[in-house]
Parts: sequence; C-alpha cells; structure tokens
Amino acid sequence: MAQHFRLPSGGRIDRSKPVSFTFNGSKIEGYQGDTLASALLANGVHFVGRSFKYHRPRGIMSHGSDEPSALLSVSRGPGRTDPNNRASVVELREGLVTKSQNHWPSLNFDVGAVNDLFSPVFVAGFYYKTFMWPRSFWDKVYEPFIRAAAGLGVAPDVPDADRYANRHAHCDVLVVGMGPTGLAAALAASETGKRVIVADEQAEPGGSLLHASEETIDGKPAAEWVKETLAVLDARENVILLPRTTVFGYYNHNHVAMTERVTDHVVDPKGAPRERLWQVRAGHVVIAAGSLERPLVFADNDRPGVLLAESVRVFVNRYGVLPGRKIVFATSGASAYQAAVDAKRAGAHVTISDLRLEADCGPELAKARAAGVEVLTAHTVIGTVGAKRVKGLIVAPVTGAGAIGPRRTLDCDCVGISGGWTPTVHLFSQSRGKLAYDEALDAFLPGTSAQAETTVGASHGDYDLARCLTAGYAAGAKAAGSAATARFEATPTLKGFQPVRVMPTDANPAKVRAFIDFQNDVTAKDIKLAVREGFQSIEHVKRYTTTGMATDQGKMSNMNALGIVAGQLDRPLPSVGTTTFRPPYTPTTFGALVGPARDALFDPIRTTPIHDWAVEHGAKFEPVSLWRRAWYFPKAGEDMHAAVARECKAVRDGVGVFDASTLGKIEVVGPDAAEFMNRMYVNPWLKLEPGKCRYGLMLKEDGYIMDDGVVARVAQDRFHVTTTTGGAARVLNHMEDYLQTEWPDLNVFLTSITEEWAVIAVQGPKARETIAPLVSDIDLSPEAFPHMAMREGRICGAPTRLFRVSFTGELGFEINVPADYGRAVWEAIYESGRKFGITPYGTETMHVLRAEKGYIIVGQETDGTVTPDDVGLAGMIAKAKADFVGKRSLARQDLVASGRKQLVGLFADDPSLVLEEGAQVVADPNQPIPMKMLGHVTSSYDSPNVGRSIALAVVADGRALMGTSLFVTTPGGFTRVSVVDPVFFDAKGERINA
Amino acid sequence: MLLIDCPCCGLRPETEFRCGGQAHVARPEKPVDVGDQDWSEYLFVRANPRGVHAERWIHQHGCGRWFNALRDTVSDRFVETYPMGGKPKSTTTEARA
Amino acid sequence: MLDDSLYARRVSPLDGAAKPASLPGGVTVRQLKPEARFSLRVKAGAPADAAGFALDQKINSIVVRGGRWSARLGPDEWLIGGPEADAQLIAEEVEATLRDRPHSLVSVSHRNVSLEISGANAAIALNAGCPLDLSDAAFPAGSATRTLLGKCEIVLIRAGAEPSYRVEVWRSFSTYAHGFLVEAAFGLQNAA
Repeated sequence: MAQHFRLPSGGRIDRSKPVSFTFNGSKIEGYQGDTLASALLANGVHFVGRSFKYHRPRGIMSHGSDEPSALLSVSRGPGRTDPNNRASVVELREGLVTKSQNHWPSLNFDVGAVNDLFSPVFVAGFYYKTFMWPRSFWDKVYEPFIRAAAGLGVAPDVPDADRYANRHAHCDVLVVGMGPTGLAAALAASETGKRVIVADEQAEPGGSLLHASEETIDGKPAAEWVKETLAVLDARENVILLPRTTVFGYYNHNHVAMTERVTDHVVDPKGAPRERLWQVRAGHVVIAAGSLERPLVFADNDRPGVLLAESVRVFVNRYGVLPGRKIVFATSGASAYQAAVDAKRAGAHVTISDLRLEADCGPELAKARAAGVEVLTAHTVIGTVGAKRVKGLIVAPVTGAGAIGPRRTLDCDCVGISGGWTPTVHLFSQSRGKLAYDEALDAFLPGTSAQAETTVGASHGDYDLARCLTAGYAAGAKAAGSAATARFEATPTLKGFQPVRVMPTDANPAKVRAFIDFQNDVTAKDIKLAVREGFQSIEHVKRYTTTGMATDQGKMSNMNALGIVAGQLDRPLPSVGTTTFRPPYTPTTFGALVGPARDALFDPIRTTPIHDWAVEHGAKFEPVSLWRRAWYFPKAGEDMHAAVARECKAVRDGVGVFDASTLGKIEVVGPDAAEFMNRMYVNPWLKLEPGKCRYGLMLKEDGYIMDDGVVARVAQDRFHVTTTTGGAARVLNHMEDYLQTEWPDLNVFLTSITEEWAVIAVQGPKARETIAPLVSDIDLSPEAFPHMAMREGRICGAPTRLFRVSFTGELGFEINVPADYGRAVWEAIYESGRKFGITPYGTETMHVLRAEKGYIIVGQETDGTVTPDDVGLAGMIAKAKADFVGKRSLARQDLVASGRKQLVGLFADDPSLVLEEGAQVVADPNQPIPMKMLGHVTSSYDSPNVGRSIALAVVADGRALMGTSLFVTTPGGFTRVSVVDPVFFDAKGERINA
Repeated sequence: MLLIDCPCCGLRPETEFRCGGQAHVARPEKPVDVGDQDWSEYLFVRANPRGVHAERWIHQHGCGRWFNALRDTVSDRFVETYPMGGKPKSTTTEARA
Repeated sequence: MLDDSLYARRVSPLDGAAKPASLPGGVTVRQLKPEARFSLRVKAGAPADAAGFALDQKINSIVVRGGRWSARLGPDEWLIGGPEADAQLIAEEVEATLRDRPHSLVSVSHRNVSLEISGANAAIALNAGCPLDLSDAAFPAGSATRTLLGKCEIVLIRAGAEPSYRVEVWRSFSTYAHGFLVEAAFGLQNAA
C-alpha cells in the first residue's frame, strides 16, 4: 500500500522520514510524526478490530485518547508486547508489529461475529440473566466461557524487557495540558520565576492548535504561536516541559501522578526507561485538559469509516491524511463545519447533514456554503449503509415537531459525526471537586474546588480560542500568586451545538442498534432496558449495562448515556448525576506503577555479615520477615531431614555454631532504664545486677504475649535488649509509643542496635573450649561466668558483649561483635572448633533443639491470644509489681477462666509419625461433626536427640490431661497421641549449667 | 498521598508517617484499680467519627516523634497538628465549620 | 596474648559491590570509608555543644566542625560522626561533657553504611525513591533528615552546596539502597 490517502502536502509529519511497520502481517508505510491511526488511514485502512460483545467490525473513530474501538496489540520486540493500545495514541516507530484483536481466526472472517446475529440475546445484564443456573454449570461451563470471551487483547506471557523509572517532583504550579489554555497558563505562571511543570499526553505540544487551519493568535498562525511559546517556556530554567506525559491521577493534597512515555517512540532505548512515573506535589494545579467530542447516536453508527468530525479535521490538517474521498459530516453543532471546510479544501467531496433548523445555525452555515459545501439543515441520520466500511449515510429531513420526511442515502466512504462537546472534568472530579451542570452547554462543569486547583479553558466549557488564552493566562498567573493578565487576539471559534441524545428515526426502535458505548457494545436500547428493569442510579446502570467501563472509561459515551437515563426517568439530567471519575484517566502500564521495584529491588533482602560464608558453605536459606536466614547446611547427598538430624546431634554431642545476627536488639539507656523495663516487661528488673541476663517476656496491653528475648544489664543505666527477629521493629515502636505518649517524664532513650552487632551462637558441650583461645579480658570459667551472665571483653581483638545464654539447653554463648567483624570472628570460631567437629547449623535445627527443651517461639506457640500462663510462663511474672503493660488484662474474665488452651507435649503412638503443624486436636474422633476442637499442634519435628517424633500443642486445659490420649487430624485420618510434658530432653536442665 | 505537618519537621509526605488511632485516650494511672467494664472500654472501644477526628500520628521515618492531629475523615483535610500532651487550638466544631 | 593471625578484620556488606562507577546522568555512587558514628540523645535543655559537636542547630540540619559532624534528626536526637580512629575518644569526651544530664550515647558505626551520590543530577536520582523536595531552596547545604529511599529508611545529609549527598542506611539495607541509587541513575536517561 502506498499512502493513497496521504495529501500531497501539509500536516506536521516529516515526509523525509518514512517509517514502516506491519499490521496483521502486511507491511505498511507512514511517516515520522504519524500515529498508528493516521498511518493506517493514510493507507486506507479503517477496519482494524472487532467489537467486544458482538464482534462487529470497528474502525478508527478518534485521533486521541478517547478512542474506544481501534485497539491493537503492539509489539516492539521480545518482551515488549502490549494489548489494547489505542491506535490513535501510539506513535509510529520503525518496525512496530501490530495486530487487531478480538477475532478468530482472522479479522475479515471472524467466527465470533455470529454473536451479532444473536444480539437480541446479548442485552443489558446478559451475564446476570444467563449465567445463573444450574449451579453446577458455573465452574465447568459458564466461567470458562466468560473467561475466554471476555477481555479484549491477550496479556503478555513473558517478563517485561523494559526498564521503568520513578520520580518524585515538586513544583509551585502544575499545568495539565499544552493546548492554548495550558500554554498561556504556563507562560503566566513561569513569568513569576516559580517552579512550573507542564504536562501533555500527546507527542507534540499544542493541543488543538496543531490542527488549526485558519486560526491566528495575535496575528500569527496558531502553529507559529505554539512554536514561539514553547521556545520561551523551554528557555526558562524554572519550567519542566513534559510532552508524552499523561496526568492520570489526582490524589490528596495536590499529589498528582503522571506517566511519561520516554522511549516507546524510538527504536533503541539504549538503556533508558520505557516510561517514567512522576509523582508530583504541586502548590497549585491548573487543569487545561480540553474537551471531548460527543458522537451522535443513530443506527449502525459504529461502521468503520465513521469518525468524530473533529478527528477528521485532525487527520486532514495535522497528519495530511484524508480519511475518505467522499465525506458526510453529520452534526448538531457548529464545530463540524470547520472540519467540513478543511476537508473540502483538502480535496474531498463534502456534505453536511445538520439536525438543527436553519434558523438555529450561526455564521458557520454561510461559511460552509461559501466554501462549496452542500449543507442539509434540519436533517436527522437514520443509519448507515455498508459492512466493513461505511458506504452511505441514510438521512431524512426532520421538522421541529419531530416529523420525519423521506429518507435519502448519501454515498460516502467516511462520516464525521459531532454531537457537541464535553469538558474533560476527570481530574477535577478525581480531586473531589464538585461538578455543576450547565444547561446552556449541556455539560457538567467544574464547580467548587476541593484542593488548590483551577480548571480553565475548554475543560471549563469555554470553547472560544481568545477566551481560552486569556483565561488560561490569568489562571496561570493566579496559581503562581500573581495578578498579571494578558489580552490575546484570536480568530473566533465556531461553537455552539444543540444537545441530542438519540437522533430521531422512523425505524422500528426494537431493531435499531445505535451505539452509545462503542467499546462495550452498549446501545441506546440497552440503557433504556436497564432503566425499565428498575436500575435508576447511574452507577447501577453503568454496572448492569457495562456502559462507560473498560479502557476508555466512557470518555465518548458518558454524556449520551446520562442523557438517555435522564430521559427515560423523565428527570432533569443533573439529578441523575455522573458516575464517579476514578484514576487512571487513561490505561496505565503496570510497569510504570511498579517502577524500579522488581527483581533485586522488589523488596530489600536483608542479609547478615555471615551470609556470604553460609552461601559459600552450601546453606539453604529461608525468608524470615525481610531477612534471608541460613535454614540448614546440607552436605553432599544430604536432604533436609538428614542434614537437620546431623546438625541436631552435633550440637548436643560436641559443638554447633549458629548465626543469630538477625535477632532484634535495642539499647535502653538512661537513669530510668530499669524502671522503664519494669513497666514494659512482666519480669522484675530493678534488682538485676549489671553483668547478668534475664529472659524477658513482653505483653501487649490486652495481656497476650507480644515478644520475648534475653535482656542483659550492661550497666546500672544501660540494658541490651534482644527481641525476636520478626518482632524487632514492632517492639521498638511499642516501647517508643509508651515512652513518648504515656511516660514522657522517664529519662530513658531507645536505640536500635540490631545491625550494630553480629551475633554468633556457639552451643554444645565443647562451646567453651571452642571460644576460649579467641577470647581475651574475660574469665570463661563456669564459676566466674555462669549461665545467664554477660561480660564485655574482646574476641579476636574485637570488642564483644559476650552472653552466656542458650536457646538449645546446652552450654552456650552468644557472641556479639561489631557487625563488620562478624564474618572474621565466625571464621576464627569455625577454625577453632574444627577439632571438636564444630557444625554450622541453621534455623531448622535451632527450632528442633529448642522444641526438645520445650522453649516457645513467639508467633509459633503463640498467636496473639496466648497468655504467659497458657504457655507455662506465669512464673516469669513479677507479682509484686504494681503495674506493667498487660498486667491489668491478665485479670480479665476470659483470661482467668478455665478451659484456656495450654502448652503441652504430644507423642504420636507411632514414633515415626511427624504430626502436621496446625493439625487440630480432638478428644473423640467418632463424635459427630462439627467436632469439638480442643486445640492444635504448634510445632512438630523428628527429634534425633529424643529418638522419636515430638510435638508441641496448645490444648484446652492441657496440663490436666497429662498422660491421657487425644486424637490429631492427619491427611490419612485421625491418629492417637498421648499428652506429655513439653520438655522432652534433659528435663532437669543440667547441661545448660555445665 | 497526604501531606502532613509534623510539629518538628513541617510538611512531609504521608509515607513517612504512621497513624496510631484515636488521640487523647490516656492510659489509666493505676490500671489495677480499673473495673472490667472501664478497662475493656479503654482497650477496645474507639470513636470512628464522620468528620473531624483527633488522631495520634508518628513521624516514623523522620524525627520519630509522636504528635496529635485533627483530621477530617471525609475530606482528609488536616485541621491542625499539635504536640503530644497538647490541646488543639480549634475545637472540633469550629474545625467542622 | 592473642595470636596475630586471629585478629579479626573488618568486612563491609558492600565490599566488592560498590565500586565507584560512572553512571548515566553524570551521577556517581560510592561507599564512604568507615567512620565513627553514634546516636546521641539528650533531653530538652541540651548544651549548645558537646565535645565539639554542635547540638543547638535546628532540627533537620547538620553542622560540620573539623572532622566532626552532628546532624540533628529530632528534638532530642543527633547522629554524630568523626574519624574512625577517634571513636573511643569521642565517646569519652561526650560522656564527660554530658555527665550531669540524662542522655544516651550508643555506637552505630557498624549499624550504618554510608553511601555518597553526587553529580549535577544527584538530587533527581534520589527523588526516584525519596519523596522529599530536594531543591536548593527546600533542602539547602547543611540539611540532614531521616526519610525514605524506595522501601528503606535512610538518613539523607547534604553538608555542602555542591550536589553531593550522603546516604546513611542500615547495613542489611545497604545492598538494596546501593542498587536502588544505581538503578535511579539509569532512570535519569531520556530518549536520545
């Protein structure tokens, strides 16, 4: 194809730069500066897709972001394929591979088009009416059918190959739109030196001025004025000009989100991001987003070749493309006349069919006739002729009273329709501003602003060029705190229209399919049916009929749908209201929203100073909150079970080494430190001597266990508090909350030291001998350094806070060293312990060893509803303390009632059976369903040291059930267990004091 | 994203903050002396007004300080922020007007 | 005496990963050498100075004096820093000065990793993940504040007028923060 519909001259395309792409496999050529739509039209291609529900042929309807029908799959290479691109906004780029959608097997022959024959079935609420019964059909028949039929394009199934950027920006004035109003506003706002950002969704700034034909501003051709204005703005350092940038969301406190399309229009992005998400915080927002043309509603108004009138003008003037050689403009207003005159000048045969009476027309009438255009006033449109392309427009005279005269078919290959204009109030509405209906303009206009915002120009219903410029300038100045004004002289704009909901017709209304929403295949008939069926709220009508949904969000259809609903209900239009405008204004890629947060930057992955050593030694890792912790260290040929069994034995028989660096740590310092600890933990702290440790149990105010950990008193006024790995931030926040808001009088300060210290746990009978050669300044003998003591000294020359503590029940040390020394000290310990067969172990072995001792893990044995007594830790509570967080709640009725679940041990009858964690416990497996659940298994392991499987569970009144049999669910049915003491190993606790 | 006026740091973006629920719910001086009913009110019962609401906020990823704020739950407008232990300048009725 | 071979050497989480690289947009990201850093807390009524560290600057600003700097992050919180070799000295001097007032001095030299991002577009790169206004007017020389970078918390310091920012981040977040800044530099690029 050779651009037969390209005009010999004119337009803003670069004719020296041909660009080729493919459409459904055919190679097509356009020029730099084209959109897909303009290039397709230049080659005479109107029919580009099938509609959503009826699979009717659809063409390009618009030149902008309101396009409902021309949705294409666009590929820019592997990993760079998107569905549902509006042909009217995709910039042409060499090598694009584009395809039409929603048809099978081909665009020209589509099996789904039979839906069109059954259209009486696919009425409003079709889904709700059809897919109701029988229930059994839902999974197998209805849902698969809906899933296959629904949706437009096909989602990509390979990772996105592009990079996406994010940018927070601040400005005094954000101007939305670079049409005449926006440019004038930007000029005025930036004049003050304030920071100004100006964004426009199109590739080229200028808006409607880019397709101006006769218009002048201050005596200059409009395009010339745009060029000069942009040069002025560009030269100002306080201005950021962002073409190709869609302002899609207006959020709280002038937080505005926009997507900049950075590289889609170039062949090689060279590492630059595809899109950039801007999050702008603006002092004031000037919305100059223009207006959208309304289509006319008549039978078969969806034929390929039917375009919006203004879009015909854009294709002619801006892209140098004639969408048809014989064009009929069907209109109820003035603006289409300018399009007609321009098309006529470009060489088309042009006719205008205007619904308005001759007397209601303005100067446009004389102008068109003078240009040689035939104008039929007081004519309605009955329908179109053609199948995959419009071949004729059926019109008929209509009187003021609505009587319709004889039909006449106007031969044509293109129709430009115009039902008037709708201000683009989406962003204003998103900002929570209140809309007000303007009867003269038949439109909702921005009323009361909710934020620092001004909507101006066509977005405010002002359609005259000079007025837009003047108002834009004043709004921009005011937004920047200036009172400056400017006068602009400009060509008067042809404006004014007669609102019409559905074009009068003499056809049988039951057979007419006049489309309101082209993307969702919603007809006027559907909307009337919905109202008849009792849907009165516009929000309900929207959801029942799907009008105004999907990718275009009803940009073209909303006003017509509203008008029809109001007409059916016989209520004034403003009382029907509008549906809520929600972000995004136009479809936004997931990539832009995700930005850099993917792969390694999806979430921070926290690792310890010893992590790399563990990687080098073959550890498997598990995620614990954001941390990656060594899970177990398999040797060649070992599975997890074998590795954990070996590690468990090694710790109890010799010595093991474990990376405990992720434990949360808080330094609590100040004269009131002990008093503060007394209030935050159940335990007594005032008399704990410096150099001693204590297991601390922390409750929430509701009396339930929140966290636990060993606490060392470093000095009279200094505690080294440890928390669970996952609880570190929560505990610090909890402490800080009480300190600042309840007890600001306490002189105590909290500092997170989780990451200041690496923590190496050395556990087992050989622990002392392992570390002794490395430690200086500390007497490690059992007499001088007993269990639950803490000493400061040096290890490998590095300062250490050395804890003699154990979470395994063995002789053990937890060695805190400044984090940068962690790896070196770990390696030294590993070397030193070799002669004892030192074994690195991971979190799984740690879990087994502590379970053998019946030590709880907060979050495993507890779930936010467990008290100290429930897990056998009531003895930790300092009864003499008048108060601590949670104390009062421990006396709540439910917390002292009988029947609470208590921590017990369970032995399955089969010692090789490892119960499932979370499995339910019942007394009698033969009781009727629903059974009485007594509790559940909280921890369960195969224990090599006990020589059988062990489990911890919380069971109602469990401590009274010692020795009895209960039953636990397993995948194979119930299994019998006996209730035992939860300490399975070294019940007397002798080993820990070795 | 809200813009919140931290009494220490000035206007900062919402992501730096955390909301701590209703303000001015003081912990009883001597909880052990509080009856069951009153204690359960203190623990569990909070206001949820449509309109101006006194809330606690912390500038978590900033100065780390707790403060109070009057926020209109309908418009998300902050009427004012004020330090812990302080009282708002505007009464909630004035703020609503 | 401990055998010399057993003396521990320091390993930073970014060793090997954070070689200064010339990135797009003329931005450079590098890790700074270790320094002594402390979290200092003093209640209202702090002296104007403690051991050469200014304490009377306004919140969210930094004062540099010689090799010592103090960034006031809140009404009663300062992040202070100085040469690594002076760590012991700094601690002793500060403790001596503040002996009579309730205070807390806690070493965070190993908790924090210091990155530096510099170049004309450094602020814009930071704004890939930092939601603050970093313009000269809003975040001038002498600014310092705790804030966010993407999904991690940082302390952001701009000591001088040149476009150079110090990013203090907890060590386990440092690979993320470093990777984020490098990616942010790539995000600065536009179509050629």
